[in-house]
Amino acid sequence: MAATGTNVHVGQIRSIVGDANAREATENDAIDGVAPHFVAEPESVEDLSRLMSFASGEGLAIAPRGAGTKLSIGNPPSELDLVVGTANLGGIIEYVPGDQVVRVEAGISLEDLQERLESEDQMLGLDPPEKRAGATVGGIVATNSSGPRRLRYGTVRDLIIGITVVLPDGTVAKAGSKVVKNVAGYDLSKLFTGSVGSAGVIAQANFRLHPLPEAARTLAVEPGGTREAGEAAQAVMHSQAEPSAMELHWSADGGTLTVLLEGIEAGVSAQSETVTELLSSFGEVRTLTSEEADALGPQEPPQVGGDEVVLKVSAYPAALSEVLDLVLGAAQRGGLWPRITGHAGSGVLFAGLSGGAEEALVGAVEEVRGAVLRGYPGGSVVVHEAPLAVKQRVEAWGPAGDKGPLIRRVKERFDPGGTMNPGRFIGGL
Amino acid sequence: MEREKLIETMESILGPQGVVSEREQLRTYECDGLMNYRVIPELVVLPENAEQVQRIVAVLYDEGVPFVARGSGTGLSGGALPVASGVLIVLARMRKILEVDIPNQRVVVEPGVINLWVSQEVADEGYYYAPDPASQVVSSIGGNLAENSGGVHCLKYGFTTNHVLGAEVVLADGSVVHLGGGKAPDSPGYDLLGSFVGSEGTLGIATRITLRLCRKPESVRTLLAAFEDTEGAGGAVSGIIGSGIVPAAIEMMDSLCIQAVETAVAPGFPDAGAVLIVELDGPEAEVEQQFRQTIEICEANDASEVRVAEDDEERALFWKGRKAAFAAMGRISNDYYVQDGVVPRTELPAVLKKISDLGAQYGMRVANVFHAGDGNLHPLVLYDNAVEGEAEKAEDLAGDIVFVCLEHGGSLTGEHGIGEDKKKYMPKMFTSEDMDTMQLLRCAFDPHGLSNPGKLFPTPRLCGERPGPYQMHPVQKAGLAENF
Ligand SMILES: Cc1cc2nc3c(=O)[nH]c(=O)nc-3n(C[C@H](O)[C@H](O)[C@H](O)COP(=O)(O)OP(=O)(O)OC[C@H]3O[C@@H](n4cnc5c(N)ncnc54)[C@H](O)[C@@H]3O)c2cc1C
Repeated sequence: MAATGTNVHVGQIRSIVGDANAREATENDAIDGVAPHFVAEPESVEDLSRLMSFASGEGLAIAPRGAGTKLSIGNPPSELDLVVGTANLGGIIEYVPGDQVVRVEAGISLEDLQERLESEDQMLGLDPPEKRAGATVGGIVATNSSGPRRLRYGTVRDLIIGITVVLPDGTVAKAGSKVVKNVAGYDLSKLFTGSVGSAGVIAQANFRLHPLPEAARTLAVEPGGTREAGEAAQAVMHSQAEPSAMELHWSADGGTLTVLLEGIEAGVSAQSETVTELLSSFGEVRTLTSEEADALGPQEPPQVGGDEVVLKVSAYPAALSEVLDLVLGAAQRGGLWPRITGHAGSGVLFAGLSGGAEEALVGAVEEVRGAVLRGYPGGSVVVHEAPLAVKQRVEAWGPAGDKGPLIRRVKERFDPGGTMNPGRFIGGL
Repeated sequence: MEREKLIETMESILGPQGVVSEREQLRTYECDGLMNYRVIPELVVLPENAEQVQRIVAVLYDEGVPFVARGSGTGLSGGALPVASGVLIVLARMRKILEVDIPNQRVVVEPGVINLWVSQEVADEGYYYAPDPASQVVSSIGGNLAENSGGVHCLKYGFTTNHVLGAEVVLADGSVVHLGGGKAPDSPGYDLLGSFVGSEGTLGIATRITLRLCRKPESVRTLLAAFEDTEGAGGAVSGIIGSGIVPAAIEMMDSLCIQAVETAVAPGFPDAGAVLIVELDGPEAEVEQQFRQTIEICEANDASEVRVAEDDEERALFWKGRKAAFAAMGRISNDYYVQDGVVPRTELPAVLKKISDLGAQYGMRVANVFHAGDGNLHPLVLYDNAVEGEAEKAEDLAGDIVFVCLEHGGSLTGEHGIGEDKKKYMPKMFTSEDMDTMQLLRCAFDPHGLSNPGKLFPTPRLCGERPGPYQMHPVQKAGLAENF
């Protein structure tokens, strides 16, 4: 085990990042029940770099933290000494609207960033549900979070164009650039997307932006069953409409498919007609009011808490109805209550399972994971949220496949001391 | 391994028809699309399937022989330049489209498949493959992946990296890994696929690639607008983008380029200081309204003429003119050097002015054709190789141009890659810490530096591989991680 931090005083950390920016940790800083000793929130990349090299020199186990909205991602940490927060790195570094590019510090909240961009009729095409809880841009990149509009704008990997990271030894390195089109050097911004703090701290990121759509409309239909839901989604996918999002909300008694159309008014109304016609063979098609669209449409916040296990199920887009059946079947066999939402056009479903004993929850996770891995090579089932007792019994990420040894070698190169978020990453790295 | 023995081993894997060892035949492969660099490889091998690639690489690893992958050899930065003591692995015989999956909007191909074939294969189903480099009739998907190639329609639809969803890769040690989820999204762990795309053959060889297909748009409208100078055309570009329109493509050509293209393929472009080709696509009602708006913006920026393509034939003619731009230079100059630099869009006017000043200073002609929407410039420096010293002068001028791009916050390359050609410039864009950190990735994929060695970075980083027993990572030692 690395040093537990007992030889390090908070004073040493304060002398690096400033008195106001470091403190002893409290219980609230614990991650999955593992409490750190210190919390430091450096104000500059230079301080962050000095902090990192000090901490790794002392062998402290480090967990980077944004707003802390998604700290439950991954396996419980095997050790934890120091939380490195980005709260004091929350600025916009450069924003030239005419270039449709923005450079930000990692600690800025997505909401604050979007507000600034909206004033120029622009946006970053990312809308993960954690946004409402104040998620930071750095945290969103590190966890590869995405939302409904990924159907049109893609995910973090499609929008990030440059990155600055601080490695455990304090090295400050950048990759990419602030131009949308660039192929010079390796694309480390992609490497750090989804890296869950296992390779270094993301200090800054650059993104390409999109114009804010003028008009929006959400259509909804309640397909009779899972087969119809799959067919309806396919009908929209293969049409020439260009929806921004297509979301599914499903429970044991059926559910709703919503389609978000955005753009200029003329385009939105013409596309609404096309999509309404396509969907009308699956049920009555409604246009949602904006309040309904917030609740039902592509903006639903996660209802985390209690004993719910939330799985992110990634499978083939055209297999929507089979994957739904598979999750519903596992829930039924375990006597669990299913609550499913998901990106119907992208092959991603979030399955919430609750109302059962630990044993039943663990069994359902294993059943769903087994079936997805067998049926959809390349697919995955990631445990997003779960009571600690469940998390301790199931691997959060599932198997890494034949690239496991390569992932381990990458981890070893970037974090040779093994101090970055130990234990939490795929394969227990 | 001795040469004879190596040939014998390769022939045992590939048969005699899969191995090229005669010096004269080897010459065919001495360079890629950038002909100023030439190296004759020790051996050329032509595998027909992934398993052969894997076996070849495993042998080379055991013998410590470096290798270079080659697709169609159209690269413009010397990426597929052979190494003298190494083996060139040509993937041109791996040309099968393995699977077309319309319900999932995916296609799985071998690396040698030509870019355009993919779109042709799925056209009847109403689909196409979006990244469309001007070389799409010859360049391979494997080469596109390795260079993260762009195309004129990448402004709206993204680059190769946004359309490659999975790859089977043979690593330098002969092991096979599957990167990315393929048909399933969001494979957990590092985005190694995203890191592999654009790595210019230095991280291994892609043997099987899953691509995203796009639905053909309901409507496509294309116009050609003529302006007095590039500044006027640039104003129109800013106006269009600023109005919230995301065109499928906006391309600009200056007068010298128009002249060359007219001489070469006679698309009937107007005699102007600059032309723009603007294409909008998507749902019809949206395209119609925004197309009208685009015409108004061009007119408001004093376009002397706006020509709307009335049918597919006329649209094809506009694009023929644009896509012929590089080759057309041959009509107005004996030789030319293609530069590839990027600047933030708002810096375009200032940068174009500096390029023209530099041309005057060097006393050389520079033609400009570029992807105006994303600030990707292709200045073509014209020269005559027969004149002593001109080639060097052209290269210096092209170098100065790319430095101007960097001064204005841009990049060394938008799509042609660093390869052999631009590695010397890398320190102008990246610090040694940046490059050392990038090379950590190289060390993880290929610690002995066997895959396309010597490219991309000015100095290779030593990976500090200790031969001998496997070293346990601290995390594993503590019993905290499973041993993969
Ligand atoms: C006339 C002309 C127009 C062009 N227009 C464009 C354009 O519009 N946009 C653009 O981006 N480029 C353009 N290019 C450049 C070039 O066509 C692209 O870079 C193309 O992707 C190269 O493909 P290729 O098959 O020829 O690759 P090659 O030149 O054979 O190889 C390129 C690189 O890829 C590596 N490689 C090849 N196959 C594999 C594999 N299977 N696995 C791993 N590495 C591999 C090689 O080692 C090398 O480093 C143009 C070139 C020409 C000559």
